[in-house]
Amino acid sequence: MLEQHLATLPILLPLIAAPITLLLGRSLFLWIFATAISALACYFSWQLLAAALTESVLSYAVGGWPAPWGIELRVDAANAFVLLAVSALSTLVLIYSKDSIEKEIDSSKHTLYYTAHLLCLAGLSGILLTGDAFNLFVFLEISSLATYTLVSLGSDRRCLTAAFRYLVMGTIGATFILIGVGMLYMNTGTLNMLDLANRIDIYESNRTINTGLAFIMVGVSIKLALFPLHMWLPAAYTHAPSAVTAFLASTATKVAFYVMIRFIFTIFGWNYVFEEMGMDLILMVLAIVAIFKCSYMATVQSNVKTVLAYSSVAQIGYMILGVSLVSVTGLMSGLIHIFNHALMKGALFMAVGAVFYRVGSVDINAFKGLGKQMPLTMAAFTIAGLSIIGVPLTVGFVSKWYLVTAALEQQHWVVAALVLAGSLLAVVYIGRVIEAAYFQKPPASRDSNQVKEAPWLMLAPMWALVLANIYFGIDTSLTTEAARSASEWLFQTSAIAAASSVEVSQ
Amino acid sequence: MGDLIDLVLLAMLAITALQMIFLKDLFAVVMLFGIYSFLSALIFINLDAVDVAFTEASVGAGISTVLMLGTLALTGRKEKKSSHSSILPLLVVCITGAALIYGTLDMPPFGHPNNPIHEHVAPRYIEESPKEIGLPNMVTSVLASYRGFDTLGETVVVFAALIGVLALLGVRRQEENDVPESGFKAHHVLHVVARFFIPLIILFALYVQFHGDFGPGGGFQAGVIAAAAFILYTLVFGLSRAFAVVGPKFLQALASIGVLLYASVGFFSMYKGGQFLDYSKLATDPIVGQHYGIIIIELGVGITVFAVMLSIFYAFGSQAERSNIQ
Repeated sequence: MLEQHLATLPILLPLIAAPITLLLGRSLFLWIFATAISALACYFSWQLLAAALTESVLSYAVGGWPAPWGIELRVDAANAFVLLAVSALSTLVLIYSKDSIEKEIDSSKHTLYYTAHLLCLAGLSGILLTGDAFNLFVFLEISSLATYTLVSLGSDRRCLTAAFRYLVMGTIGATFILIGVGMLYMNTGTLNMLDLANRIDIYESNRTINTGLAFIMVGVSIKLALFPLHMWLPAAYTHAPSAVTAFLASTATKVAFYVMIRFIFTIFGWNYVFEEMGMDLILMVLAIVAIFKCSYMATVQSNVKTVLAYSSVAQIGYMILGVSLVSVTGLMSGLIHIFNHALMKGALFMAVGAVFYRVGSVDINAFKGLGKQMPLTMAAFTIAGLSIIGVPLTVGFVSKWYLVTAALEQQHWVVAALVLAGSLLAVVYIGRVIEAAYFQKPPASRDSNQVKEAPWLMLAPMWALVLANIYFGIDTSLTTEAARSASEWLFQTSAIAAASSVEVSQ
Repeated sequence: MGDLIDLVLLAMLAITALQMIFLKDLFAVVMLFGIYSFLSALIFINLDAVDVAFTEASVGAGISTVLMLGTLALTGRKEKKSSHSSILPLLVVCITGAALIYGTLDMPPFGHPNNPIHEHVAPRYIEESPKEIGLPNMVTSVLASYRGFDTLGETVVVFAALIGVLALLGVRRQEENDVPESGFKAHHVLHVVARFFIPLIILFALYVQFHGDFGPGGGFQAGVIAAAAFILYTLVFGLSRAFAVVGPKFLQALASIGVLLYASVGFFSMYKGGQFLDYSKLATDPIVGQHYGIIIIELGVGITVFAVMLSIFYAFGSQAERSNIQ
């Protein structure tokens, strides 16, 4: 029976677990319950990926109504791959959060933390698996509301302003997406993604559909924090509790990136978006500016969480750059980077959270001398940092390798050179932290007996990610295979949709 | 004639919106928000979308206005002067507006029967839903069955809003016994009128809840109307007496139970061998099954919406009470 309903389980498990956690309301048991649910969801997404790689597409008609009348869940290599990354990160962050939130979130709000986390996971999984444009919006709302809540749980008062800013920007983004979907519905009379794809192609240069595309792209760009719409992100990531930042930085913007890919490749078709509307050039310019502007911003911050937040915006630039190259390899590098960036940013933010747990500050001065006092945490930070830079034998290298290959395939020498130059900026901002940790003496004011290694429940998920950074950096078969078949699949469906619409219009 | 009514209503809508931008008194702005929602509801009625109009009137004009007033009780009613320059926002708004107008250029003609929205999925909803689902109100058929997964999602959105408000405000009862009694103790007229109206409002909510299959209505509207009855009670008789009727903890549990009730229908149909939320499998006769399914999930929606709306009001109310004491 489970086999048959596999596609629904990663959404439904956290979705019903969230109200149950609110009913339970006891902390230790809650932690076990939430982690177990997330782990189960992760197991099922693993199964889904395996099924998607062999069978290529799984379709599930919710309510027994066939698409386009009912809502369809549609699993292919692309969304199963991202889903696996999201649910795995969610599980690791939940394990990590037991100790972390003890320090950072008021104990009366622990139940709300777990509920909001599970809601966010359910929302993200729903966005990934659905095959219906409006259903995507509904799940986007669930995950967004849960995210604003999670950010606002911090003990620092400034997290409220950050959450409010995020709320305003996020709501504008969601509204833009809704307006865009509305315009598509007006012209096609359907909400199912594949059906939309078939019916959009019939129109040539319809101004309403063009406007719909523009609204959706701007809305999604706000959600994924594409430069210059990223202003909400650094504040939100800096002031949110560390466990929340680790989860959001590695999943939320990545899922928004997936939504962009879905709209470009499955619904509108890349021919239309890139060749007719010329979006690839816009995206490429914004991506390159994002890489340099935000990497530079990262080098001048003193709060390490802000450094990493700006670095995230820059990394999103790399993903968008991959897509803007309009090739299978380029898209593939973007998809691989979703997975890889989740591994490295998750580990980095967990390490920073561990430092906060022991030292009580994440300012760069607080990192002085930690190389000796918290050796395991700082070693994890260093390895994940090397991965961000793109050193060989780490996953960061794999992403950069495919990105540069994609650029060279199309003789974009300048782009390839800029990618490498961007890595140098990453050397600077990661290097500053490592230098402080290993080559400077701890401040005299700090009681060195107090600062010791982080608890093992924080170290274990952190090191799991670090080892994954190395493992997937050496054995790239799983990630490249999944990303390549996802990317080929996305280009294919675009072509199929275009071909079938030609038949219809003839 | 219909077009003329639309034009007048839209003009009034625009005037209300402009007025809201320029007014500094937030109390007046909230009232204008209510009027704005009522005007939109009227436009929806003119478009023959009575279900949407009903929702807009009860949610937009009704409960949102009350909740915004609750917010004003915490923040004060004067708008603070903004230190930001308004040139960039104005530019963004103008570009967005221009894009929206540009987007209308190739819009299908207004109300034309051959429009894509009338020709693709809608015919099946209109022609087949009486046979497949058997409800006279097709809006409920689409909302609760064809697109039941969306409605489950929307219910969870409402639930997520509760989690957000609880995280920010929380609902704590006063420990001290010498708390000045809130509410309008001395207003006997209010007491009598409220006592008279509250049962009627609750009765109406139940009617809307269970009549959604046949006419405009359903869980969302019913939940909001029922919450309004309890909010009226709270306003007139004070927070502590309202807590004695339905406590905040109980309400939070109720909000969860509503979502779980909805989802359990889905799981039961899975257990019966159907897809998630396939109500046809709930009984031997598919139409009867659809009926059972829709009644139960609407009840789940109603319970969650009621509990969440009242909880949010409690959160505002207890926060305001606390700040009054300090």
